[in-house]
Amino acid sequence: MESATTSGEGHIPSAFSILDILWVLYDQVLNIDPKNPNDDKRDRLIVSKGHASLGIYAVLAEKGFFKTSELLNFAKFNNSLGGHPDRNKVPGIEASTGSLGHGFPMAVGIAMALKIKKNKAKVFVIIGDGESNEGTVWESALLASHHELSNLCCIIDYNHSNDKALKLGNLRKKFESFGWETRTINGHNHKEIYTSLSTLSATRPTAIIAETIKGKGSKTMENNHAWHHKTPNKEELESLLKELA
Amino acid sequence: MRKQFVKTVEAVLKNDPKVVLLLGDIGVWGFNNASKLYPDRVHNIGILEQSTISLSAGLAMNGLIPIVHTIAPFLVERSYEQLKLDFGYQGLGGNFVSVGSSYDYAALGCSHHCPADVPILKQIPGMEIVLPGTPEEFNDLFLESYGNGHPTYFRLSEQKNSESQKVKFGKATVVQKGTKATVIAVGILLDRVLEASKNLDVTVLYYTTLAPFDSAILKKNCPSNKILVCEPYYKGTLATEVIDALAPRPIKIEFAGLPHKFFTNYGTASEHDKFLKMTTGDIKNKIKKLING
Repeated sequence: MESATTSGEGHIPSAFSILDILWVLYDQVLNIDPKNPNDDKRDRLIVSKGHASLGIYAVLAEKGFFKTSELLNFAKFNNSLGGHPDRNKVPGIEASTGSLGHGFPMAVGIAMALKIKKNKAKVFVIIGDGESNEGTVWESALLASHHELSNLCCIIDYNHSNDKALKLGNLRKKFESFGWETRTINGHNHKEIYTSLSTLSATRPTAIIAETIKGKGSKTMENNHAWHHKTPNKEELESLLKELA
Repeated sequence: MRKQFVKTVEAVLKNDPKVVLLLGDIGVWGFNNASKLYPDRVHNIGILEQSTISLSAGLAMNGLIPIVHTIAPFLVERSYEQLKLDFGYQGLGGNFVSVGSSYDYAALGCSHHCPADVPILKQIPGMEIVLPGTPEEFNDLFLESYGNGHPTYFRLSEQKNSESQKVKFGKATVVQKGTKATVIAVGILLDRVLEASKNLDVTVLYYTTLAPFDSAILKKNCPSNKILVCEPYYKGTLATEVIDALAPRPIKIEFAGLPHKFFTNYGTASEHDKFLKMTTGDIKNKIKKLING
C-alpha cells in the first residue's frame, strides 16, 4: 500500500486477492533459492495476471530475492519494479506479463520444456477470473491436458470481480471437462492452499479454483470496484493501514 | 521452398537437441518421419496460433529453440501481440516460418492473404525478417541464424528465382553495377528485377534479410541518389531504412510493391502480379521513369 501511495500506481485489491496464495507458495511449496533464482532445477511460478505485481514483489522482497527497500521505488522511472513485472529486470520473475492470457500458455511451454529436458521441477501459474475470458486460457487448458503435463498447476484466482462482465459459471466443471484434475479451495486459508498445492496429480495437470475476495484484508477495498486501480492518498493510507493491522 | 524447409528442419532436429518443431496443423505429412524420430520435439500443436507462440516462448525460456510453422496471416497477424510481447519484449529467440506469403494462396481469398506481414513485423524491435528467394537460400540463411537467440521470421514463397545467390544473413548482395539508379530487389522479385534491368545502367542490390537492414551496402552503391525499391508485400515498407541509410543525401525514391488495399480477386498469383502491376514489364517501366525523371 505504501508503494502504491508513493508512486500513485498499482492494483492493490488484485494483489490482495492472491497474497495468501503467493505467500504459501514461496513459504512452503516452491523449491527455489532466492540467492540462485535462475537455478535450472527450481520450481517456476508465473503470475499471469501481471497487474497484481505489487503482491508478487512484496513476497519476493520478503523472501530475499531483492531488498524490501526497493518496494518504495515501485513504478518510478529508473526502477525495476513496474506496474507489470519484467523478467529481465526483477529476480524471481519468470515471465513478463501484463496483457492477459499470455502467462498461462507460456507456463504450458515451460512445463513442456521441462518434460522434454526430463527436469523434475514443477510449474505453477496464477490466472485471474477476468483473464479467463481470454481464448488463450482455454487453448492452454486443452494443450496442457493433451500433453499430459502433470508438472503444471494452474491456480485460478476466482474473486468473481468479472461476474459483472461475463459469468464464468462452474470453473471446476469446466476444467474437469478439459481433462484436468480439479479442486476448489478457500484461497485465503493457508492450510487449504498448502494441501492442494503440495498434492498435485501425477498423471495430468491440476487446476485449483481458489475462491478469493478481491481486496482481502481491507474492509474498505474488499469487493469495492472503485479501488481496482485506485491508489490511496496519504490520509487514506493511514486509515487503510489501520484496517490491515 | 516448403520441401527444402522439411529437409532443413529434419537436419537441425537431428543435429541440435535443443530444436523443437511446432506445426499449426499444416505440413504435418511432410514431417511424418521427423515426428517418428523425435516424438518429444515434433508436435502438430493444433490450430491455436496465439497460444502456440506463447507456448514456444516458454520453450525458449528454458533453453530450447522453437520453430513454429503455419500460414502467414495466422502466424503473424493473429499472433502479433504474442510475437511482440512474448518474444520481442522478453528478448527470447525463436523461429517463425510462414507459407502463403502475400497472395500465394490467391484463390483462397483475403483471409489467406498476408501482404502486411513484413510491414507489421518491422514494428517489433529486435524482430529479424528473412525473405529467401530460393530453397537453397532458405537453407543457408536458416542454418546461419536459427539459433542466434533472436526472434526471426522466415517468409517462404510458392514462387522462387531461377538461380540462387551467395547469401549471408544480415547482408545484401550487389548483383549488378550501374550509375543511373539503384534498384533494390527483395527475395523472389530478383528474377523480375534482373530481367527488367537488362541493358540499363543501374545497380541491383539483392536483399534477403530485411531486418536487420544492411544500410552500409546501400550507402556504398547509390551514386545516383535515385532508388527503386521492389518489394513483394505492401509498398513503402523499406522507406525508412532507405532514407536513414542515405541521409543526409537528397534522394528520389520510388516503389514497386503491393498497393495498400484488400485483394478481392481469386485466380492465381501471376494474375494478381499482372493486375497489381508487379510484372517484369511494370518494373522496367518504373526503372526507366526513374532514370529519366
